[in-house]
Amino acid sequence: MAELTGKTPCDGLLPLEIGAVTLVEADPGRLTSVAPYRGGAEALGRALVSAHGLDWPAPNRMSVKGAARLIWFGRDMALLAGPAPAPGLAEHAALTDQSDAWAAVDLAGDDAEQVLARLVPIDLRAAHFAVGHTARTLIGHMTASITRLGPDRFLILVFRSMAGTLVHDLKTALEAVAARR
Amino acid sequence: MRVDGKGLIDRDRAVSFRFNDRYYTGFAGDTVASALLANGVRLMGRSFKYHRPRGVLTAGSEEPNALVTVGQGAAQDPNVRATVQEIYRGLAVRSQNAWPSLRLDAMEVNDFAWPFLGAGFYYKTFMWPRAFWERVYEPVIRRAAGLGGLSGRHNPDAYEKAFAFCDLLVIGAGPAGLMAALTAARAGADVILADEDSLMGGRLNAETYRVDGQAGPDWAAEAVAELAGLPNVRLMPRTTVTGAYDQGTFGALERVNHHTGRRGGGAVLECFWRIVARQSVLAAGALERPVAFRDNDRPGIMTAGAVRAYLNRWGVSPGARVAVFGNNDDAHRTAQDLIEAGVEVAALIDSREDVAQSGDYKTYAGAHVCGSSGRQGLRRITVRRAGREFQVEADCLAMSGGWNPTVHLTCHLNRRPTWSDEIQSFVPTPGAVPGMTAAGACNGVFSTAGCLKDGADAARTALKALGLRPRRGGGVPDADDTAYRLQPLWAVPGKGRAWLDFQNDVTVKDVKQAAVENFRSVEHMKRYTTQGMATDQGKNSNMAALAVLADATGQGIAQTGTTTFRPPYSPVSIAAMGAGAQGMGFAPRRLTTSHATSVAEGAPMIEAGLWYRPSYFPRAGETTWRQSCDREVGMVRDAVGVCDVSTLGKIDIQGADAGAFLDLVYCNTFSSLAEGRVRYGLMLREDGHVMDDGTTARLGPHHYVMTTTTAAAGNVMRHLDFVSQCVAPKLDLRFTSVTEHWAQFAVAGPNSRELLNGLLDAPIDDGTFPFMACGPVTVAGVAGRLFRISFSGEHAYEVAVPSRYGESLFKLLVARAQALGGGAYGMEALNVLRIEKGHITHAEIHGRTTAFDIGFARMISAGKDCIGKVMAAREGLLDEEREQLVGFRPVGAVRQLTAGAHVFEQGAEATRVNDQGYVTSVAFSPTLGHFIGLGFVKRGRARHGEVMRMVDRMRGIEAEIEICAPVFVDPEGGRTRG
Amino acid sequence: MRLTCPICGDRDRREFYYQGDAVALDRPDGGAGAETWDGYVHLRDNPAGRTRDLWQHEAGCGAWIVVLRDTVSHEVFGVELAMSVGEAGA
Repeated sequence: MAELTGKTPCDGLLPLEIGAVTLVEADPGRLTSVAPYRGGAEALGRALVSAHGLDWPAPNRMSVKGAARLIWFGRDMALLAGPAPAPGLAEHAALTDQSDAWAAVDLAGDDAEQVLARLVPIDLRAAHFAVGHTARTLIGHMTASITRLGPDRFLILVFRSMAGTLVHDLKTALEAVAARR
Repeated sequence: MRVDGKGLIDRDRAVSFRFNDRYYTGFAGDTVASALLANGVRLMGRSFKYHRPRGVLTAGSEEPNALVTVGQGAAQDPNVRATVQEIYRGLAVRSQNAWPSLRLDAMEVNDFAWPFLGAGFYYKTFMWPRAFWERVYEPVIRRAAGLGGLSGRHNPDAYEKAFAFCDLLVIGAGPAGLMAALTAARAGADVILADEDSLMGGRLNAETYRVDGQAGPDWAAEAVAELAGLPNVRLMPRTTVTGAYDQGTFGALERVNHHTGRRGGGAVLECFWRIVARQSVLAAGALERPVAFRDNDRPGIMTAGAVRAYLNRWGVSPGARVAVFGNNDDAHRTAQDLIEAGVEVAALIDSREDVAQSGDYKTYAGAHVCGSSGRQGLRRITVRRAGREFQVEADCLAMSGGWNPTVHLTCHLNRRPTWSDEIQSFVPTPGAVPGMTAAGACNGVFSTAGCLKDGADAARTALKALGLRPRRGGGVPDADDTAYRLQPLWAVPGKGRAWLDFQNDVTVKDVKQAAVENFRSVEHMKRYTTQGMATDQGKNSNMAALAVLADATGQGIAQTGTTTFRPPYSPVSIAAMGAGAQGMGFAPRRLTTSHATSVAEGAPMIEAGLWYRPSYFPRAGETTWRQSCDREVGMVRDAVGVCDVSTLGKIDIQGADAGAFLDLVYCNTFSSLAEGRVRYGLMLREDGHVMDDGTTARLGPHHYVMTTTTAAAGNVMRHLDFVSQCVAPKLDLRFTSVTEHWAQFAVAGPNSRELLNGLLDAPIDDGTFPFMACGPVTVAGVAGRLFRISFSGEHAYEVAVPSRYGESLFKLLVARAQALGGGAYGMEALNVLRIEKGHITHAEIHGRTTAFDIGFARMISAGKDCIGKVMAAREGLLDEEREQLVGFRPVGAVRQLTAGAHVFEQGAEATRVNDQGYVTSVAFSPTLGHFIGLGFVKRGRARHGEVMRMVDRMRGIEAEIEICAPVFVDPEGGRTRG
Repeated sequence: MRLTCPICGDRDRREFYYQGDAVALDRPDGGAGAETWDGYVHLRDNPAGRTRDLWQHEAGCGAWIVVLRDTVSHEVFGVELAMSVGEAGA
């Protein structure tokens, strides 16, 4: 039997280290979008806590439990990153496997915020976009999910097909910021 | 010449640079203008229209005369103000609008023809013949008149754009701005302080004021140091806030490396900032206005404030013997500063009668300067007093007509400034920009003490709005509080040309002429005379021009009003505004998982929206795309072909009301579709025209996956969001795009099942997988999905696996297909195959066609509502006379069909009124051996068999064509189902 | 220009798609008649002043929103979710 081999979205594009910032491909694990049905939010919230120890995130927030993350992902939607969703969740929410839909990169370093300020039109100052905050917004011309994982560390998701453009745009910004140091 | 003991330049660091063909030396901290003046160079440019010799008028970004081009070749940067460009080692600048050289400019003949070249000359002269407008007059005028030019080549320099956010944006770092920033920052506000200068401090660096007992520049430096040490402050020197926009958004241009010469390695020349501020303080200062008198434009004549700036900031006296002329007390301060620095003051001419002797120099009260002489630089001025004229030797004249508050940004949201009689100028109208408070000189407050207090007050206003409390104590420092007194003086009467707008060569006479010819509105005067255009946008001339116009029309200045101030405040290069959008940055590139493999196979890639798809896969011996395409079509018809169709939109829809939702968005019914089955669906716009089409599969009781065309995937997603949130918000369903999760490949042709069965863990047959079946499968050990659907008309499937396996599966499918006599096929073959089958794409459903037009009227289900149902039933949209989808085939001598051609009855003239329809898609069909086409013809369905004439005016092709059914190959569908 | 998405908060205009008059929320019944449908699909005022428009936070959370604003002053008076408007009205 023929074997299929898998490739990650940023295969051959990363890692990069420029100036005080590193850009590496992230492995957020299995990705499942979770979208509660009408009136299902409460039951879903309980099921998520009991199955994964995760609270349903408020808009622009992320819940974390160990290696599992529940990242707010849009209107009444969150992205479960890490574990496979517990089967019981499907009773309350539409679950859709998105594991291969997103290119995920991890941007870290002193200037990470300055790099993103060149591409992202939202307020990323730490006082307004703290660790655990997330946003659906743009990076360059691409729709994206951006989450602050640490004081100088961000998780960025764009459509898989745009991985090359994401790396290109970030690399340009990394070089421009590094040249200012 | 340099003046010892003056200036904020670093005299230990000499810097050499080139101006035209000579090298000069200045000091670190110099601008091109200050360094040239220090070297005794007064002539820096030629004027726009008359090519008059010109030197610097100002010491700031408002400079109208001293424009230079920096650099050479592709990266040359034109129209840079010499007053702003800082010098650095290796800098090379050259003057503009002069040939063969700055000193000997051939176009200076224009200056002698001036009696003929006044306002309106071009409009009146270059009228006839009309054919000369663009071919003769415009090129000639453009060559004669001008600013610097771009190279016309690709600019290799890097630029960037960025976003910033703050509680308070302070625009300008003079005394008012510094005080505002200090007050707000000490209270804990997040502050951005932006200033266009390289050195913060504003006029404190250009004057001899004392603040808190310290020299002005020292106080400013201390304030800047305090701000720099605060974590909540961001200092942005060399940053001009160029525009105020809605909801607290500002545009700002940062000159990042214009002062270093650094290029490459990621270093950007400029950054265009979009700053979002909850509150703003405008502390942009004021601009001094010149006085119009005969020949007031000679090199050596400049504003008094500029003379003080060159003296105090740069340690340069612009002349050895300086005369001063003004209508206000600043003239006296200029003379005093010069005397104290040891510069000879030739005379002080004050237009006011009641002025006291202010220093040890000859003072003429109630006098005017009414003329000047000196070929390429000032030699003497003519003074008129009590009807008597006499001359005074001087190589520099400092003139002051008063100050105009820099109100520009307060007018960017379309509000007008307010006239102030007291300062004879316009001041900001409070509230003109929501959240913005003007402070200091730009608010009409001219004393240093007043500016400091106004800045602190403005910050308090902002803090209150931000919900922050100012820190207690920390009052406003002591400073000069002398009142500003002036008597209006716009133009000194007399013969000859008195310049108002130096940059556009507009004189007092031109403005009066405009009024005489009834261009009496200020907006009309501006356009007739060109006053207020080009890089300085009238910063030096607007007020005086208004005053002259008001005088000529008999209206007051307040009634005359100003022209409209629009962004940008000072010029912004297109390169900065378009930064990041060149080349790869223009738009995201969406690449399929098979991209690299296709490219390696030599497939030319074509754009489909943001996606890149293979056009065809050339094989050895094939020299034209048609050879490859014809072979690929044959492969699919006779063996098996593989094509990446991942770019089609895929939307996962789940929920109890998923079926009801699909029934609403599709004109046909999906709630009745059996699980494990696929159905073709047609989606209408609410106006009854076709929006998109595609197949939707039912995977479970409440689970569907919809496909859209590649081109419309985004629109359809937005439409589905609209319908679910705005039209049917009570339906219980959720959907999300899964386009990117699945790599999906069409496997088409008689051998398609054989190919797949070699890869599927559980083989399929017609019983388990009939036409339009779908279901989960395991492909080479990987969980995937299989759909038996066909766009080619052959026995075909689409197989989907998670994208990580896409590349691997594509290679495997192509290898297996090749072993079965087939291979990969691209967009060209895909298009031929679908035209042979009469399948429509957006060439046919182009936005003006209905379900009726494409022959699908019966798909609109009578038993339910759907988007577009009511409007599609309008009688005009069901008229048999409408253009209906048909096929075309050539029947005459010309065998070529072309898309875009129009169709006429035989013998009828090819005119609009005779138009019978048009061709939308064409292909050479290798299956049939001739061209085929799709298109629309009036009453087309009833005209099969009729021979008509196709006319393509664009390509000059005419052909006889026969109207036929749109399905050319296997109309019964036996191949698809078999 | 900036809009406040009821879900995401204050955002740049570039994240939003502009649709047009919020009359699109009031879809008539099938039998409402040609004139009503014509008004719903085609007829729009173009006021210099207050408007009530539909936008989508397309590059954000995806929510359709109703924005009350002034086309002359550009002041934004309020933003609400189209879904809540629709649910309340239907």
